[in-house]
Amino acid sequence: MYTLIAIAGLGVLCLIAEIFNGRKAIVPITIVGLLAILGLTATGFNDSADTYNNMIVFDKFATTFSCLFIILTVFLIALTPSFHAKQLQKISDFVSIKLFLLTGAVAMVAFGNLSMFFLGIEILSIALYVLAASDRLSLKSNEAGMKYFLMGAFASGFILFGIALIYGATGSFDMATITEAGSSADVEDWFYIGAILLSIGMLFKVAAAPFHFWAPDVYEGSPALTTALMSTLAKVVAMAAFFKLVGAMNVNLPSSSSTVIIVISILSMSIGNIMALRQTNVKRMLAFSGISHAGFMLMTLLAVTTSAGVLLYYTSAYAFAGIAAFSVVLYVTKDKDNEDIFNFNGLGKTSPLLAGILTCSLLSMAGIPIFSGFFAKVFLFGQMLSAGHVTLVIIAVINSIISVGYYFKLILAMYTKDATEEVRPVPFVYHAVATAAIALNIAIGLFPSILLGLLS
Amino acid sequence: MDVSLLLIILLVGAIATFLSGDKWASKTALAFSLAAFGVSVFLLNLFNSGKNVGFLMPWVKTPSIYIALNLDGLSMALVLLTTALTPLIIFSSFGNKYAKSKNFYALIMFMVFAMVGTFLSADGFVYYIFWELALIPIYFIGLLWGNGNIQSRRKAVVKFFIYTFAGSLFMLVSFIYLYLRVGSFLINDLVQADLSPREQFWIFLGFFIAYAIKIPLIPFHTWQAKVYQKAPAVGTMLLSGIMLKMALYSIIRWQLPIAPAVAKEFMYYFVGLSVAGVIYGSIVALKQKDLKKLLAYSSLAHVGLIAAGTYTLTLDGLRGAVLQMLAHGFGVVGLFFAADIISRRYNTTKIVEMGGIRIQTPVFTSMFLILVLASVALPGTFNFIGEFELLYSLAQRNIWVAALAGTTIILGAFYMLRMFQKVMLGDKNEKPFADVNFNEGFTMVIIIAVLLFFGLYPKPIIDLITPSLEQILAVINRI
Repeated sequence: MYTLIAIAGLGVLCLIAEIFNGRKAIVPITIVGLLAILGLTATGFNDSADTYNNMIVFDKFATTFSCLFIILTVFLIALTPSFHAKQLQKISDFVSIKLFLLTGAVAMVAFGNLSMFFLGIEILSIALYVLAASDRLSLKSNEAGMKYFLMGAFASGFILFGIALIYGATGSFDMATITEAGSSADVEDWFYIGAILLSIGMLFKVAAAPFHFWAPDVYEGSPALTTALMSTLAKVVAMAAFFKLVGAMNVNLPSSSSTVIIVISILSMSIGNIMALRQTNVKRMLAFSGISHAGFMLMTLLAVTTSAGVLLYYTSAYAFAGIAAFSVVLYVTKDKDNEDIFNFNGLGKTSPLLAGILTCSLLSMAGIPIFSGFFAKVFLFGQMLSAGHVTLVIIAVINSIISVGYYFKLILAMYTKDATEEVRPVPFVYHAVATAAIALNIAIGLFPSILLGLLS
Repeated sequence: MDVSLLLIILLVGAIATFLSGDKWASKTALAFSLAAFGVSVFLLNLFNSGKNVGFLMPWVKTPSIYIALNLDGLSMALVLLTTALTPLIIFSSFGNKYAKSKNFYALIMFMVFAMVGTFLSADGFVYYIFWELALIPIYFIGLLWGNGNIQSRRKAVVKFFIYTFAGSLFMLVSFIYLYLRVGSFLINDLVQADLSPREQFWIFLGFFIAYAIKIPLIPFHTWQAKVYQKAPAVGTMLLSGIMLKMALYSIIRWQLPIAPAVAKEFMYYFVGLSVAGVIYGSIVALKQKDLKKLLAYSSLAHVGLIAAGTYTLTLDGLRGAVLQMLAHGFGVVGLFFAADIISRRYNTTKIVEMGGIRIQTPVFTSMFLILVLASVALPGTFNFIGEFELLYSLAQRNIWVAALAGTTIILGAFYMLRMFQKVMLGDKNEKPFADVNFNEGFTMVIIIAVLLFFGLYPKPIIDLITPSLEQILAVINRI
């Protein structure tokens, strides 16, 4: 609970700092504050607490995922000042919106009541709409914000409708009551309709096929830092929340629901990967890659009682690799009007360290040892095989092979083509964030037990 | 002291090479590879004196993964092959100049680290990691330092990577499935798994795809010739000399003991496929106009024979396979080095543009001839021992298969000698051919000495590998 209040307070503090002309201090204070909150949250790992009549429940699941979100936000906020170097007068807006977004994110994994969940998802979404359209003079950014807003509003509508139907069937918003009431045999039919509508909304948020159409356009149009946020933090948050929801309703969902999840998972993986092969724009490519990763993460829903640890591991591996990759993308595409692959030509010569880091993060996403993306896939496949989904695993394996195709396109561009422009200095923070993120990625690869053990 | 020291030396060597800067990189790499060779000889002594030099450390609790390194005669032979060839390969590259040599040599050392790890691992998961790790360095070595224009090189190397990566993933699925059945990745537990024939079949197939691509067997060989041609000499030597032995070794170590029922039931399919590769490789080699590609296809034929030997499941087959792996390792490195010596002087690998070398350099010609004769398994060379045992094992199973496979010697002699004739003999070439310098000669002499010595006296190696092969065979024949 304190986590939630502290983060929101930090956001307000940022806005106040703006009034008192303390712009320079905003980012350092926020980062230090977030790290303190991280520490505070982590110490509360073992005591699970529910507050305000079960509105907020900080169990192990909520605590660990909140910690992950805070770490990701720290990275994203650290990148903010150099990304918005030309709009430093608005830095407090950019930072505080991200902090409010984080508030929504934490609420989305720590909810104990569907109304709290909906509040969380709206706080997160509205912050994202604003961030997507935050480059207000760019037509593309405006378009992205508008598209995302319209589509997102629809999804929210679905979610709200679903919640209403579930309320109608069970008479409560409280998760524990819903789980209990739903497990009885004589649950009303519209409970299932509600669950389906809720799932549709969540699948939209995680950008799983066939609800993925917004993702490439929005990713491409938004400012690169927002794209980074969407593809790492926002996706992970939505996935964790979805996992928690399914976990709570799993008892009474008919077995055919797992068929639906399998189909959606296969569709997401395949569409994401095959479409990514054709992209020349790096942001679009990573958007499709994100869609395929959503397909992988959705598999955890098939064994929802046992795979929380695997989901945590997969999302962390994916998000850290994503942060590392995006900090390189931010540097390369800075002041460019497009993000085509040829911008990366010769990066291996002009900036070997960044090229190396991008290579590592792409290898991690492709699932090559010793990076954690590989272990994530192994644990996931193991989980699925033990649940008896052999065909699904084989399709996932084939998809992993396809994904190598486009990840390597980028690697090849960096190392085998000649640079088209002269070397630009790399801001220190890009190096720092990219290195730290990839180091975390490799660290959880070398010591997988740390994360896996947390939730089992 | 245990085997982990060897891996540590190689890993530290890779880092030290990277840090030593472009000027000293090659020498640092050579020093560390020699140290690794020294350590492996020392390990051989410890091993022969009956000491247990294995290494076991828990790594991940759930799923239970151990960093388990085990050394038996089979691993020892291949580790020795790797660590003996590495200094030779690195030394042979001193005649070439490589841009960014610190990256180049660091990648070589890292690749050797991964390959030695593959030969030593007794835990399936760690084995898989090493197996995959070896792939990344060779990808960059081929891509960044290869020959020819970048477009075609990129195509060849990416194809290679995707092929092998795809194959490995199927092996990974097999391992995960095995883990779920057994609850352990350790080889000793895996071979005791009580698998139904159906399960064994799929697991065998998963392994088979990975190995058939890496060896390569037809019809999975299409990546090979292009990559051998495009990769730098060092890359080709590492690939053909050591890396494809990883797959042959893995057949004996992992595939056959884990799924013996399938290996027995479908023996003739696998033997047949391998022998088909032998004949196909030999025939295609006849038509090659590029020296490196010719050697690539001849290599395809030779490894096909080795694979056929392993799938016969006889002691002679396994032993012949290991002997031939070692012989082929040295032989093919020698041949590719010779090809590199020629292309250093003539800047080409096309056979038409060569010829008339014998008149200018009788010394190099004699060395080349010995390597060619070793490659066609002339009695007295190491290759003869291996090839003889392999053919003998095939004959134990089916005389006709053996006869078919035997054509490799005839065809091999035909295309190799014809190649020798075109490359070396003939009128004086208008382009001058400088005689081999000391460095080049030294490498060649060592390789030739190894081939001749073990050709005449293979007993130490046979004594080394036979007990462990008998053990493996006992595991295979447990049902």
